[in-house]
Amino acid sequence: MQFNINGQTHEVEADIRTSLLDLLRDHLNLTGSKKGCDHGQCGACTVLVNGRRINSCLALAVMHQDDAITTIEGVGEAGRPMQQAFVDHDAFQCGFCTSGQICSALGMVGEVKAGWPSLVTADLEATAVLTPEEARERMSGNICRCAAYPNIIDAVMDATGDGR
Amino acid sequence: MTKTPNSVTMDESAERIILDRGVQGLVGKSVARIEGPLKTSGRADYANDTKLDGAAYGFVLTSEISLGRIKAIDVAAARSAAGVLAVIVDHPLLPSDGSAGNASLKRVPRDLPEVDSYGQAIGIVVAESFEAARSAARLVRVDYDEREGRYDTTRHLEDVEHEPKGGLIPDIKRGDIDAVMASAPVTLDITYTTPHYFPAAMEPHATVATWTGDGVEIHSSLQLLKTARAMIAASLDLDLSKVRVLAPYVGGGFGGKTGTGPEVILAAIASKETGRPVKVALTRRQTAHLVHHRADTHQRIRIACDDEGHILGIGHNSIVSQKAGRSFIEPVSLGTLAMYKGEARSFTQSAVRLNIPVAGAVRAPGEAVGSLALETAMDELAERFGMDPIAFRKLNEPEKDPLRGSPFSTRRLVDCYDEGARRFGWDRRNPTPGEVRDGEWLVGMGMAAATRINLLQESHARVSLRLDGGALVETDMTDIGTGTYTILAQIAGEMLGLPIDRIEVRLGDTNLPPSSGSGGSFGAASSGSSVALACETIIAELARRMDVSPDQLVLKDGVATARNVQSSLVDLLDGDDIAAEGVIKPGKTARAYSQAAHGAQFAEVGVNAVTGEVRVRRMLAVFDCGRILNARTARNQAIGGMIWGISYALHEEAVVDKRTGAFVTRDLAEYHVPVSADVPAVEAYFIEDPDRHANPLGVKGIGELGNAGAGAAVTNAIYNACGVRVRDFPMTLDKILAGLGPV
Repeated sequence: MQFNINGQTHEVEADIRTSLLDLLRDHLNLTGSKKGCDHGQCGACTVLVNGRRINSCLALAVMHQDDAITTIEGVGEAGRPMQQAFVDHDAFQCGFCTSGQICSALGMVGEVKAGWPSLVTADLEATAVLTPEEARERMSGNICRCAAYPNIIDAVMDATGDGR
Repeated sequence: MTKTPNSVTMDESAERIILDRGVQGLVGKSVARIEGPLKTSGRADYANDTKLDGAAYGFVLTSEISLGRIKAIDVAAARSAAGVLAVIVDHPLLPSDGSAGNASLKRVPRDLPEVDSYGQAIGIVVAESFEAARSAARLVRVDYDEREGRYDTTRHLEDVEHEPKGGLIPDIKRGDIDAVMASAPVTLDITYTTPHYFPAAMEPHATVATWTGDGVEIHSSLQLLKTARAMIAASLDLDLSKVRVLAPYVGGGFGGKTGTGPEVILAAIASKETGRPVKVALTRRQTAHLVHHRADTHQRIRIACDDEGHILGIGHNSIVSQKAGRSFIEPVSLGTLAMYKGEARSFTQSAVRLNIPVAGAVRAPGEAVGSLALETAMDELAERFGMDPIAFRKLNEPEKDPLRGSPFSTRRLVDCYDEGARRFGWDRRNPTPGEVRDGEWLVGMGMAAATRINLLQESHARVSLRLDGGALVETDMTDIGTGTYTILAQIAGEMLGLPIDRIEVRLGDTNLPPSSGSGGSFGAASSGSSVALACETIIAELARRMDVSPDQLVLKDGVATARNVQSSLVDLLDGDDIAAEGVIKPGKTARAYSQAAHGAQFAEVGVNAVTGEVRVRRMLAVFDCGRILNARTARNQAIGGMIWGISYALHEEAVVDKRTGAFVTRDLAEYHVPVSADVPAVEAYFIEDPDRHANPLGVKGIGELGNAGAGAAVTNAIYNACGVRVRDFPMTLDKILAGLGPV
C-alpha cells in the first residue's frame, strides 16, 4: 500500500485489516497518535485527512491511499500556534489525549471557517463564529480524563485569535 | 564527587521551609510544563510507543465466565493461524489477575486454571502483527466448569464481613452513637449509595517487554515503580537486580496504575518464550475487568445534634464490595474521621464478598465517595435548622482533631469557606429550593467541604551539579500528568540558583534512586523533599569551597555570592560534578499532628424543569494545601479533580451484570465521563499556608483534594435548584425527574 503522510510518500506492506491508526503507530513509528479506545469514542487518535479531522482508529488504512494524511508529527507551521497555546494554557496533564486534541482543534477551526454549524449554533444562516460555547461543543469528541477542559478551551480560543 | 546522602526523617517539624533560602524565584510561580513541547508534538513516548526492532504483538486471552474452572483450552486453530508465534496458556508463571496495588501481595495472583472473576487473564496470543494476534485470540476455545457466583452487593447486605482484614482503617467507636441518636433532639439517619467507578485513564495499560540474557526490561504504564519492580521480580521468579522498569511518561493513573497488571507479566513471559520484544496493550474493554475499580458503597450516615445545631455524635458506617480473597477495602469514612465536632463517633467499613473483578484505590480512596454522603447529609441537616450550610459547618468546626485530640498541622478550612463564598457570590443564594428560574431552567447553588489526608512516603533522589553549569535531577518517580518533571526542576533551580532551562529531570526508571512513586497525593511532597535535600548537600559543599556557611551563600542565575565574593558555579566545580542524594522518610510528625488538606467547593447548576436534565453552570473552589509549588499545574490538578466531582455527581457508573458478574459499561461510550460540553467555567484558588509539620517543603497533596466534596457541591446545588434530593449516585435525570413536580 502507498500513503501520503505528512507530505511524504510511504510504501507499506501491511495486513489488510490494519486501521489507519495502527498503520501510523506500528508501521511508520508515528506514535504521536494514541489508541485510547480503538472504538472512535475518545478522540485520542484524531488525525487530519485532506484537512478534515477523523478518528484514525475507525478507518481502515487501505481506504486512505489517495488521501493527504496529517498527524501531530506533521502539523508544521500551521499547527504551531495551537501547540504553543496548549503549552501556555497548560491544556493537558498526562498528555495522552493531547495529540488528538490538537489535531481535532485544527480540523475544527477549518469546519468553522467553512461555515459548518454545530448543535449549539443559534443561527444556521449567519457566519459561524467560534465562541467558547461553540468550542466546547465542537471539541466534545475528545475526552481528557485529567479534565483539563477549561484550559483546552482557553488554548483553542487563544490560538484562533478572534475566533473567526 | 559524590556526597553521602542527606537523609531526613520527619520526627520533628521543619524549623523553616527549606525552599525559603532560594532567590531564583521559580517555586510557586506559574511555570509552563517543561515536557510540554514533547507532549504537544507527539514526541513523549508512553509505554506502548516504545520503539524496539522486531517487536511482536501480544493479545491477552480473558475468561468468559466469572467463577469456575477451566477444563480445557483448544488452541490448535489459533496456533495454526497466519502470523501467530505462540499461544501461551499453560506456562507455570501465568498470572490470572493484577495486584491492584495491594501491598500485602507478594506477587500477582497466579490461580489458573481457577477462574474467580469475569475477564480475568488466562493466557496470551503472540503474533507478528496486532491484527493477527487479535484475530487468533478469537479462535481459542475454552471449556469451563462454571459455578454460580455472587455479583450483586445489594442482595448480600445482610451477609457482611466486619472489620475485614486489609482494611486501611480499623473500626473506630467512641462513645455510644446509638444512645446519642436516641436521645438527641435533632437527628439524621440516611443511607447513601455510590456505584462502582473505573479509573479510566486515557492510556489503556500497556507493556513492552524485552529480555537481555536473564534480565528483563519492562516499559509499562505504572504509578509506583519500586513496588512494581519487586512485584514483577517475584511474579517471574527473578532476582530484583534482573528487572528494570521504565515509565518516563504515563497517560494518567488515578490509582488504576498503582498495581502491577497481568499484562506486565504476560508481556515478559511472551517475550521470553518467543525471543522477541513483545508489546501488550489492553483493549479499552479489557481494562474494565483487568484493571481494578473503586468499589460500590452503601453508606449509613448518622448525625445527632442539640437544638442549636451542635453535633453531638456522628456515625459513618459503610458496606463496600470486594472480590473474594482480596484485601483492599475502600476506606469510606477516612474524610469523616476528623472533619466535624461530635463526642460520640462511629466509623466502620464492612465488606460484601463478590465474584467480580478486584476493587482497589482510585483517586482519593475514601474521601471521594465518603464526601458525597457526608457533605450531602450536612446540607440536609443545615436545612433542618434553617441555617446557612456554611454557618452550620463553621459551628461544628473543631479546634483540634476531634478523634485523636492532636493538633491540626494546618487547617484553613474556615478561610476557604469565607474566601470561596466571597468569590462565588454565595450571598446571592436563595435558600428556598425551586424559587430561582431562568426560562425552563431551575437554578440553584450548593457548597461542600473538601478534605483529603496528607501523606509522606520514603523517597530518594540524586541531584548533580554539572560542569556545563546545569543540574541533573534523577529519581524513579513518575509524572502521571501531575507535573512532577516541572516541579522537581523548579525545586532544584530554586535551591541551586539556576534558571529552569538549565535543569534536566530524568524520571521513571528503576535504575535511578527509588522514589515514593505517584499515589495518595504524596508524590510532590515526597519526591520534592528528596530533591531539595540533595540540593542542600550540594549547597553545603559549595559553601565549603567558598569558605562560608551555607546560610551566607546566595545562589542565583548560576552565580554564588557570599560576603561580597562572587563565583560562577562552574568555577566552583573545579573540574568535577558534585552529585548528592537526598532522602526523606515519614516520621513522628505524622502522628503528632493531624494532617490534611482542605477546601470549600461551590457549584451553580441549572435543572431543566421539563426533562430533569442538569447543566453545571459554574464551579469555584478555594483550597488550603500548604505551599504551592507551581501555580499553573496546581490549578490544573485542582480543576481536574473538581470536574471528577461533576462526573461522580452526574455521569459515572460502572454497571455489573447481576446475572454474569461482568461489567457491561466496558468502554467510553457506555462508561460516561465528562467532555468539554459538560464543563463550564471552573475556578480554583489557593490559600497558601506552608505546613512545616508535613515535610521540609511545606506542601500538601493536591491531586485528590480537588474531587473530594466536589460532587456533593453539585448535588446540593441540584437540591437548591429544584428541591429533589437523590441519595443514590449518580444523579441521572430519570432520578431527578421522578421528584420534579408537574410542569
